[in-house]
Amino acid sequence: MKELLIGNAAIARGLYEAGVKVVSSYPGTPSTEITEFAAKYDEVYCEWAPNEKVATEVAFGASLGGARSACAMKHVGLNVAADPLFTMSYTGVRAGMVMCVADDPAMHSSQNEQDSRHYAIAAKVPMLEPADSAEAYAFAKAAFDISERFDTPVMIRTCTRIAHCQSIVETGKRIEKEITTYEKQPEKYIMMPGYAKKKHPIVEKRTKLLTEFAENCAFNNVFFADNTEIGIVTSGTCYQYVKEVFGDSVSVFKVGLINPLPVKSLIEFAGKFKRLIVVEELDPIIETHLRNLGLNPEGKSLFSNIGEFSQSDIKRILQNKIENTVCADTPIPGRPPVMCPGCPHRGIYYVLAKMKLTVLGDIGCYTLGATPPLNALDSTLCMGASVSGIHGFNKARGDLSENKTVCVIGDSTFMHSGMTGLVNIAYNASNSVVIILDNSITGMTGHQQNPTTGYNIKGDPAAKVNLEKLCNALGINRVRVVDPYDLAECERAVKEELDTKEPSVIISRRPCMLLKYVKAKPALTVNSKKCKSCKSCMRLGCPAISFKDGKAIIDATQCVGCGVCEQLCRFDAINEGE
Amino acid sequence: MKTVNIMIVGVGGQGSLLASKLLGHLLVSEGFDVKVSEVHGMSQRGGSVVTYVRYGDKVFSPLVSEGEADYIISFEKLEAARHASMLKIGGQIIVNTQQIDPMPVINGATEYPADILDELKAKNIKIDAIDALSLARKAGSVKAVNIVLMGRLSNYFPFEKSLWLKAIEETVAAKFIEMNKKAFLLGREN
Repeated sequence: MKELLIGNAAIARGLYEAGVKVVSSYPGTPSTEITEFAAKYDEVYCEWAPNEKVATEVAFGASLGGARSACAMKHVGLNVAADPLFTMSYTGVRAGMVMCVADDPAMHSSQNEQDSRHYAIAAKVPMLEPADSAEAYAFAKAAFDISERFDTPVMIRTCTRIAHCQSIVETGKRIEKEITTYEKQPEKYIMMPGYAKKKHPIVEKRTKLLTEFAENCAFNNVFFADNTEIGIVTSGTCYQYVKEVFGDSVSVFKVGLINPLPVKSLIEFAGKFKRLIVVEELDPIIETHLRNLGLNPEGKSLFSNIGEFSQSDIKRILQNKIENTVCADTPIPGRPPVMCPGCPHRGIYYVLAKMKLTVLGDIGCYTLGATPPLNALDSTLCMGASVSGIHGFNKARGDLSENKTVCVIGDSTFMHSGMTGLVNIAYNASNSVVIILDNSITGMTGHQQNPTTGYNIKGDPAAKVNLEKLCNALGINRVRVVDPYDLAECERAVKEELDTKEPSVIISRRPCMLLKYVKAKPALTVNSKKCKSCKSCMRLGCPAISFKDGKAIIDATQCVGCGVCEQLCRFDAINEGE
Repeated sequence: MKTVNIMIVGVGGQGSLLASKLLGHLLVSEGFDVKVSEVHGMSQRGGSVVTYVRYGDKVFSPLVSEGEADYIISFEKLEAARHASMLKIGGQIIVNTQQIDPMPVINGATEYPADILDELKAKNIKIDAIDALSLARKAGSVKAVNIVLMGRLSNYFPFEKSLWLKAIEETVAAKFIEMNKKAFLLGREN
């Protein structure tokens, strides 16, 4: 059947048809939909794990148990999963195992621009890189065969423009794979020094075998044009930009198996052209490899290692062509993402900003609290770093910071990697205040369930972690819950916990306004006669409130009646709607 | 045929993903090679969002670059101006006249440029402006702005009206089909 699928749906289809039985992931843009689509197939067990390390180890366990398995994550998730990855390279697999990782050049929704190809090289595992959805589907399907043939996990690397780009896929049927019989193999699966020392040479030998495999691998394609002036080596989405500009007028070596590279074929290709050009986003991975082979490619001397490309970069750099355009002379105001109207994070952030606290932040929608007018955050590093970070901050500054510093972390991020930081706060005793922003969902990635929501990936009821009891069990005695729509209550709670000489957790609890079961109240209205133009309500940064002709107005199409602005108006000018 | 380049631009949450889904579905059923590039995640939270739709005999890149767009469908005035340089010389902008103030305007850090569409028109950019919000409201939901605009776009394409309506039936949830068909026709015929 011919379908228009985003790359992530195509990968899910490929995994499904290859007979995958277990998929475990943690959501992360742009990888999330792989697991969401896989969960639509009844034959596949799918789950949201609390983090990528757990997900990868679940997939490893399933492979050890004889079932084809997969996990999916964003590039920074791979950092979390790196620990099992590097040693799974040694153990190998029993049934095929595929790790899908989605990079985000241009950082559409990420905190850095790291290039996951480094990991495949460092961990010595094969990595495939599809150039469209049809390849994403085919590569995902074939990855299991490579995994089983070479006894290694296989990585599939995409980027935003593959993961979230729809193109046509011709799908097929699922092949069921029986669970293999379980057999104890300590020297293969117990990686203690004695066994691991024997495995390392096997890994090195496997890389040699994979390099030979790469030479004739159907995922690497060479197209020869008559032109001997330039030959281009490229992969993934960059291949599409090259073809868009040059069509069939230049020779192109398209690498689909990005690690290991087909050394002999590339040397042979390079020898045919006056100029050898590598077109790759982010780091010069292919270029450096070719240089190590004694070739002299042009790559990052021409193309940036920052951001993503498009056909216009290829045109400008290799053809010196720029399209004519017309645009407005008036500067266009930017439109940065903002917290939604009625977002439960806004109220608590308003309080933190008003109290002029130092706030260590974390990863999620609530990172948007960093933007004007709230400007509520001081740092955002990676998942969980707020909780570990505040401990270090307070240990360093002591009395200078303890009574005016808090950290904020979402419910899902807390489950991901905030818990261990909290244990550290309790164990090593810092006088820190941790605020868990519990909006009952994993928000930024598009509403995925997590261990605190009481539902699983299929939407079925599941065990629900009780955050209050969990924090108690982790060693925190002072745990209290506030409603972030109640500004006075939030301020009182934060003040009291900051004044207390022991670690504490405040759970700021209210579900995300975008959840289907959360019903909006009628839009609030501004009585313009009462409005004194003090702009207190504007300090919230609510997109539903603006100023027209010197008075506040509330956009009825956006307002959800949360009532937070009402609490700020000293002139009673904001009224409940009907 | 030459590849046709379409951009759907707007404010995160306005429903551009459904518009591109509808368009992609129609184009595939007409036998074209199609690529649609979306952005999910952070920019969906009220930020400026861009979707690219390209179709033809063989489409390589999923992106539209500066000066390449045949059509820009903008869900909001300012967004049309923001992306105007993506338009091919002689290309067409279809724009919803709705104004949604971005945060720097709400903050008072800057002003929403008045008469921005007139400025574009003065540069000989072809602008088809439509009050899609009112028409969507008339159809039964302010959320149908996306489909009203697809209705307007349909006037520029050689596909029969029935094909568009069929695509709506096949992509929209059952209970919203009639409302969306109404929205489509209001956009097409007003």
